[in-house]
Amino acid sequence: MRISIAGLAARHHAAAAGAPAALKPLTITVAPGEQVAVIGPSGAGKTTLLHALACALRPVAGTLELNGIDPWKLSVARLQKLRGQLFLAPQTPPLPPRQRVITSVLAARLPRQSLAASLRSLVYPTHINEAEAALARFDLANKLWDRVDRLSGGERQRVGLARALVSSASLWLVDEPLSSLDPSRAAQAIESLTQSARECGATLITTLHQVDVATRFARVIGLRDGELHFDLPSREVTRERLTALYAQHEHELLAVAPVPDAPDNGAPDDKTPAAMYCR
Amino acid sequence: MNTTISAGPAGLASPHLRDPAWVSRVFWTSVALVLLAPMLVLTEFKPWTLFEPATLKSTKRFLADFFPPKIDMEFLLLVARECWRTVAIATAGMALALLIAIPLTLLSTSALSISALPGRMHAIPLIIRQAVRWLLIMLRSVPELVWALVFVRVVGLGPTAGVLAIALTYGGMLGKVYGEILESDESHATNTLLRNGAGRLQAFFYGLLPQSSAELTSYTVYRWECAIRSSAVLGFVGAGGLGQQMDNSMKMFQGGEVATMLIVFMLLVGLADYASSRLRRALA
Amino acid sequence: MSMPVIKPPAAANETYRLPPKLFSSRCAMCWFLLGLVALTFASFWTLDLQWAKFLSADAARKMGKFLAELLSPSVNAAFLQKLLVASLETIAMSALGTLLAVIAGLALALPASRTHADDKAYWRMPTRLILNGLRSIPELVWAALLIISAGLGPLAGTLALGLHTTGVLGRLFAEAIENAPPGPAYALRVQGVPAGRVFLYSTLVQILPRLLSYTLYRWENNIRAAAVLGVVGGGGLGQMLAFHMGLFHMSETSSILIAMILLVALVDILSYVSRRVLQR
Repeated sequence: MRISIAGLAARHHAAAAGAPAALKPLTITVAPGEQVAVIGPSGAGKTTLLHALACALRPVAGTLELNGIDPWKLSVARLQKLRGQLFLAPQTPPLPPRQRVITSVLAARLPRQSLAASLRSLVYPTHINEAEAALARFDLANKLWDRVDRLSGGERQRVGLARALVSSASLWLVDEPLSSLDPSRAAQAIESLTQSARECGATLITTLHQVDVATRFARVIGLRDGELHFDLPSREVTRERLTALYAQHEHELLAVAPVPDAPDNGAPDDKTPAAMYCR
Repeated sequence: MNTTISAGPAGLASPHLRDPAWVSRVFWTSVALVLLAPMLVLTEFKPWTLFEPATLKSTKRFLADFFPPKIDMEFLLLVARECWRTVAIATAGMALALLIAIPLTLLSTSALSISALPGRMHAIPLIIRQAVRWLLIMLRSVPELVWALVFVRVVGLGPTAGVLAIALTYGGMLGKVYGEILESDESHATNTLLRNGAGRLQAFFYGLLPQSSAELTSYTVYRWECAIRSSAVLGFVGAGGLGQQMDNSMKMFQGGEVATMLIVFMLLVGLADYASSRLRRALA
Repeated sequence: MSMPVIKPPAAANETYRLPPKLFSSRCAMCWFLLGLVALTFASFWTLDLQWAKFLSADAARKMGKFLAELLSPSVNAAFLQKLLVASLETIAMSALGTLLAVIAGLALALPASRTHADDKAYWRMPTRLILNGLRSIPELVWAALLIISAGLGPLAGTLALGLHTTGVLGRLFAEAIENAPPGPAYALRVQGVPAGRVFLYSTLVQILPRLLSYTLYRWENNIRAAAVLGVVGGGGLGQMLAFHMGLFHMSETSSILIAMILLVALVDILSYVSRRVLQR
C-alpha cells in the first residue's frame, strides 16, 4: 500500500479535546512494499503516528492518503473495507486473556470472512494450518491450543506479531514489537516479521526503541516532540544525528552507534517451508 | 502459492492440528441438551399456546384495556395513598427488622467475643453464637410471602401482616450481612478495648460501630429499597398497599387501573432507587 | 470609662473550643436523619397496625396451633410424591427462566452498552429503558399479568421469571461489557471488523467469568422466587403451598416449607460448587 501524508497533525487518542496535538504537521511518503523504522524518544508521537495511519485517529490537520484515497472522505462502509487492508499491532498485545492462541491469531482473518464463516470458526477453528504456520515463524507452533494467559509476556507479543501474517493486510503498522523480548528472540522475531512482510509484499512501518535494530531497516524516520527530525536511508543515519534526536533522553539510546552491516544473527532455522499464508 | 486447506474435524494430517477442546465441548453440550428436555416438559413450556387464537383474543383485549390508563383525580388520589402505604409498610417493617437484627447481630458476632481473645472461643459462647446464626438463617430462608400468608390468617388482611413479614425476613437478612460486615473489618481497635476491660457493648460503640457505620448504613438503605418492592408484592396476598389494589383491579379485569398502578409503581421504584444511590454515595 | 473588652488569647491549637452542636441546621446529614425519623414515625402512625389483634390471646392461640401443626410435617407417601414433582417443577422453572434470561439479556446487553468512547450507541437509551422496565416489575406481578394469557401453571411462572431476570441480567451484562479492558476490541475495530464479531471474538471471552457469576447469583435468587410464584398460580411448590394453606392443612404446609428450605439450600450448594469449578 502506498502511503502519503501531507501536513498531518493528530492528537493522542487518549487526549482531551482541547489538548495540543501530539503530532505536529508531518509530511511523509512511503512506497508500496517499503519497510520503515520509526524511532525517537518517549513522547515523540510515534504511537500517535501509527494510529493516525491506521485510520484510528482523525487527523486534526493535513491529509492522509492510502493508495491515493483519502480514507476520511470515504463513506463508512468503504472505510470499513479499507480498514481490512490495514493491520495495527498495538504495543500491548490485544489478546483477551482467556482466549486460546488459535482464536486470537485467526481473529485477524475476520475482515475477509463472512458472518457465517466467523461463527463457524468459533465453534471449530477453520484455517488451523495457516495459524500454525504463522506461529511457527515465531517459534510458537507448540502453543497453538494454549490459553493466552498461560503465555509469558514475550510469547504474547510474538503471537500479536503472528496475527499480521494471517491478516492479508497490505499495510502492517507495528508498535514496539520487541519490547518484551530478549535479544536473541528479538532478532528472530524482527527477522521473521521483515521477511514475511517482504513475501506478502506488504508495506511495513514499525516503531522501535532499539536503535540498533532500527538501523537495519532500509529507511529510518526519526521523530521528536511530534516533529520530523530526519527521514533517511539507514546508512546516512550517523551517530551525531542519533545523539541529537535523543538529546536529554540518552538513556533510551540502547545501542551506542549504528552498525550498518550488522550480520544477521538468530535467523530462524528453515524447518518450516516458506509457505505463503497471506493472500 | 498457498496450499492451506480449510481445516475441519476430519481429514487432517497430524493430531496436533485438531482442536483438543472439541470432544469435551460436544460432550458438555450434549449433557446440557439432555438436561434441557425434561425441564421443558416439567415446566409445560409451550410458548406457542400464547399465540393460539382464543388466547390471543383475550390477551389483545387485556392489553387494549391498558390504554388509556385511568387518570381521573379520585383514582389517582387512591393510588397515591396506596403508594404511601406501600412505603410506610416497608419503612415500618425495616424499623422492626432493625430491632430484631441489631441485638441478634451483637449476640452472634465473634468480633465481640471475650473468650476468643486469647485463642479459641469457649464452648458455651460458641454454641450460643452458632444458635443465633442458625436462627438468622431460618428467618431468612422462609420467603416473606409465606410469612405474610401465615400472618394474614392470624391477624387478618391488612398492613400488619406485611409489616411483620418484612420485619422477620429482613431482620434475618440484615442480621447476616451486619455480622459479615462487622467481622470483615480489622478488629484491632475492638480487641484492644476488650482486652483492657471494656464491656462488650462499650467495645461495640467505641470500636466496631465507628469503623463500619458507613457500610452498615449503606446496606440498610439498599435493603429499604428492596423492602419497598417486597411490600408491593406482599399486597398480592392481602397485606395492603399498592399490590393489593393491583390484585383487585386485575381480578376485575380493569386494565386501565392496572396500567396506572404499574406506571406509578415503576416510578416509585425508580425514585427509591435514585434516592438510595444518592444516599449511599453521600455516605461513602 | 468602660472596661476594654479583653479577648482571650488565641491559642496555637485552640484547645478550648466547644464540641459541635448536636443538631446544626447547616449539616445535611442532620436533616437526613431527622427526615428518616419523621418517615418512620409517620409510617407507624398512618398504618392502622393491629397490634392489639396481633398480641391478643386469640392470635396467640392461633399461632400456637399453627406452630404445633407445623412441627409435625406430613409424610404421606402419595403427598410426598406430589411434593417431589412440585420441587422438580420449581427447579425446572427457575433454571429455564434463568436460561431464557441469559439469552435475552445478552442479546439486549450489546445495544444497551457503549462499547467504546466514540460509540454513538443510538440504541443505548431505549434499550436501557426497556431493561429498567422489565426489572422494576417484580416477578410476582409479571406472573399475575401473564396468567391472563398463559393460564395457571408453570409456563406463566417461567416466563415471569425470564422477563424480570432479563431486565436484571441485561443491565449487569451491559455494565460488564462497558467495563471490559478495551485493548483487544480496539485492535479488531481498527481492522474494520463489524461490532457483533468484535464482541464475539474479544469482549465476550473477557467478560465470560463475570457473566457466569451473575447468572449463578440470579439462579440462586430465582429459586426463592420460583417457589413463591405458585402462590398466584404459577405452578411448583408455591401453588401447593397456597392450596394447602388455604385449607389450613398445616402439616402439609410444614412439609412444603421444609421442601422449600431444602431446595434453596441445595441450589446454594450447587452454585457454590459451580463457582469453585469455574474459577479454575
